[in-house]
Amino acid sequence: MSRKQGDTMMLETPFHSRVALANELNLWEAWSGYTTPSAYFDVELEYFAVRSAAGVFDLSPMNKYRITGPDAGAFLNRLVTRDVGKIGVDRVGYTVWCDNAGQVMDDGTIFHLAENDYRLCAYARAMDWLSWSALGFDVSVVDESAEVAALAVQGPTSCSCLQSMGLDGLETLKPFGIAHFDFEGEDLMVSRTGFTGDLGYEVWIAPNKAETLWDKLFEAGKPYMIKPFGSQALELTRIETGFLQAGVDFVPAQETIRPGRSRSPFELGLGWLVDLNKPVFNGRQALIREQQIGSRYHFVILDVDGNKPAHNSFLFKGQQQVGTVTSAAWCPTAKSNVAFAQIETACGDIGDQLVAEIYYEKELHWTRVLAPCKVIDGAVFNPARRRMTPAVAY
Amino acid sequence: MTNYDVLVVGGGHNGLICAAYLARAGRKVMVLEANEQPGGAAASREFASGYTVSSCAHWLTQLSPQISKDLALERHGLQLAARDLDSIGLAPNGQHVTVTGSAVEGAALSEEDKLAYAEFHRKTIKFSRLLARAFAERPPKLVESNLTDRINLLKLGLGMKLLGKEDMSELLRLALINMYDVMEEHFDNETLKGLLSFDGVLGAHMGPRSPNTVFGYLYRRVGDVHGYNGPAVVKGGMGALGSAMADAARALGVEIRTASKVEKINLDQGRATGVTLNGGEVIGAKLVVSNADPVTTFEKLVGFRNVETGLVRRVSQIRMRSGVAKLHLALNGLPSFSGLTETQLGQRLVIAPTMDYIERAFNSSKYGESSTSPALDISIPSVHDSSLAPAGKHVLSAIVQYAPYDLGQGWDNHKEAFTQQLIETIGTYAPDIGERVVASELLTPVDLEREFHIKGGHWHHGEISLDQVMMMRPFPGATQYGTPVEGLYLCGAGTHPGGGVMGLAGRNAAREIIKRGGAA
Ligand SMILES: Cc1cc2nc3c(=O)[nH]c(=O)nc-3n(C[C@H](O)[C@H](O)[C@H](O)COP(=O)(O)OP(=O)(O)OC[C@H]3O[C@@H](n4cnc5c(N)ncnc54)[C@H](O)[C@@H]3O)c2cc1C
Repeated sequence: MSRKQGDTMMLETPFHSRVALANELNLWEAWSGYTTPSAYFDVELEYFAVRSAAGVFDLSPMNKYRITGPDAGAFLNRLVTRDVGKIGVDRVGYTVWCDNAGQVMDDGTIFHLAENDYRLCAYARAMDWLSWSALGFDVSVVDESAEVAALAVQGPTSCSCLQSMGLDGLETLKPFGIAHFDFEGEDLMVSRTGFTGDLGYEVWIAPNKAETLWDKLFEAGKPYMIKPFGSQALELTRIETGFLQAGVDFVPAQETIRPGRSRSPFELGLGWLVDLNKPVFNGRQALIREQQIGSRYHFVILDVDGNKPAHNSFLFKGQQQVGTVTSAAWCPTAKSNVAFAQIETACGDIGDQLVAEIYYEKELHWTRVLAPCKVIDGAVFNPARRRMTPAVAY
Repeated sequence: MTNYDVLVVGGGHNGLICAAYLARAGRKVMVLEANEQPGGAAASREFASGYTVSSCAHWLTQLSPQISKDLALERHGLQLAARDLDSIGLAPNGQHVTVTGSAVEGAALSEEDKLAYAEFHRKTIKFSRLLARAFAERPPKLVESNLTDRINLLKLGLGMKLLGKEDMSELLRLALINMYDVMEEHFDNETLKGLLSFDGVLGAHMGPRSPNTVFGYLYRRVGDVHGYNGPAVVKGGMGALGSAMADAARALGVEIRTASKVEKINLDQGRATGVTLNGGEVIGAKLVVSNADPVTTFEKLVGFRNVETGLVRRVSQIRMRSGVAKLHLALNGLPSFSGLTETQLGQRLVIAPTMDYIERAFNSSKYGESSTSPALDISIPSVHDSSLAPAGKHVLSAIVQYAPYDLGQGWDNHKEAFTQQLIETIGTYAPDIGERVVASELLTPVDLEREFHIKGGHWHHGEISLDQVMMMRPFPGATQYGTPVEGLYLCGAGTHPGGGVMGLAGRNAAREIIKRGGAA
């Protein structure tokens, strides 16, 4: 018996017909109510497509909120920790937002589309919080998650792929910039953003043009070795380049049940996103207090000896347990074994030596290794081309 | 540019009391009141030429005797025209029921009901005494309570223990349930049940079957603990109380500016620094205390956009739907109520003949309609105070339940018809009322909101129910009169213990500010 569209509990993205054809492994997972591929053909090959050519990731399930009106900027400025006034028109800014206790509810990006017109992309559903936050502002908040289809095109040949699809002049787009192109009579918005830490773009289009966009993109990208990639390859790239994942490296504050399980921006190493000079924003009072009394945790990136990913490891300094790992991966391009960790504030300066207790299994045989690791200063993957404008052509 | 230690926004009785205590403790205080007269909902008005009534609150039943004494209100002109009045529950057949403090009388009343009432009264006063003690202190904090809070909690707990095992478990049972069930448990007479249960829902958007209404009843009985053996009438109307309080405050050094509406409370880096008046004048102070209700304070004066979302959510969720209106009638002579003598006309007259009558009246309000048979709390103060009306003439003031704030059809289209309906309702008991009326006025919740700047015109600046009292009042995170906005305090009916002309919110707020060394 074959199932038709709509027979499943899960939603399908506007690219689904193409994604399903490409998904040779037929490996799926749920993301924000949508069915999305974990991997298409081979996680490592997908990863290498992203790192050495171009990879395409369907990010349509991302929660997208359109924020418009005379108070749109003021509304966002009260909502998030950073100064939204510094994000110009046609620019994108990464940010976090907090509850009143100064605990991170989510991270995401703000797209400044036009005067008084923004899009907020969020990991978690946020309509409830956004609606409460809108009281007192002349602003409209609309969930446009289903009205915008989006692909991430990431990797060294990404610009060439898109140029060859007809996006002339794309190479001049700066990191975090936004540009618009005509795509068969529809607006195709392109932002130079992504989750892989390399040259890369995200392309945004009306759902009815999604399939054509996919087809044209893969056609144009063929000479540049373009390949689709799933969430598992994405996971490797984001760890390699030092990006936190909501729900993994922190639990959105509104989803925590036990006291003390949420994290502040300072505790996640995101203090640079917090502008305490703003007179009011959610979490400000609590964050000022935290600065006075000190944070509980401290986010670090570790370079772990050996090649066994330090998944879920306890971390020790001498005999004392000082923290745990939240994300870990062997990163092929950087050739290093990376772990993100939350550790007690007293330790974790750059260069500190810790020990990770790693358990791994081979054919029902468990091994425990005590791997020395070192706190490093920033991500292991950070190529210059990521920042270069004009974008390097291939 | 900080001229004042404390600015009090609003000169309602709580604002005046708070200001007076602060001034007494040496603070330089100014009260800014939007209206021409101080007193807030403790006000009088000449609604027709020569006819004056209490425009909002008309019975004095709860004012803290300690405050009267501390502020020497009598010396500043407060006089009672009558006190310890009876409450008479009117029955359509003339078989009325009269509650006189701890006793009840009535032709149709059984001996069992009389005895049951005496016992019910004993028990409830015992409980209300506990409440009165808690009302005189700041509420403990929900978490991180300090020593004082713990001692207060302990005292409350000890007080409950001292009730004895039986009364204690009875209190715990009663406090949560509804008047309807408790009345059914205790009494037979419908009019008595109606009269008592009306006291449980007065000022609330609740009917006798709503949970928490026993708490509402006990709340009212705190007045008995404060020495009111029944309602009192202020000479000159409630406004005279407002004036006396204003005079008392002035005598202690408080500056009072009336007709001065505060446009906004100014903030600097999240801290209150003073106010801007609607004319644009800016006044600075070390502390700002708001006597306005919490929603008005944060939504209008501070501005939702200037505080964090969590606070906005808390404040928006305060339940403060009102269903109370006020009717004023100018009468060319005393009406005759069937079964009542002329002296009885000066007592508190209640039209709530059965509990179902009240519940039905409430049903309409739930769905945005005014009651077809409303419940009324009537005062004819001119019986005691001839200054209120021309010689031989009278005024009638009635609290009307239920008249929803958000009336489906809008009040403009319905005010006249509803006034007529109210006169007819009274006519059921006083057939000649129609001929007596020479002028009338109806203040709907919308009018009350406009006149007194109370969101929704709510009696208590926010419903009195177990989820919104004590440490939950006005909302978690703003207990003990402080707010999440540094330098901003609350002192009105929206704070612990709540509304009614009682004064404890204002006094407790002042004591808390003094205790924290605020603006010293
Ligand atoms: C219809 C009705 C009947 C009632 N009957 C009784 C009764 O019989 N007995 C009884 O005990 N209680 C009664 N109450 C309840 C009682 O009147 C109130 O609970 C009490 O008066 C509240 O006092 P307060 O000082 O806290 O606030 P309010 O009296 O409301 O005072 C607040 C003051 O702040 C002022 N204000 C608000 N915003 C501003 C601003 N922006 N700038 C300057 N000033 C501002 C207002 O003008 C007002 O004067 C009744 C209430 C209602 C609505």
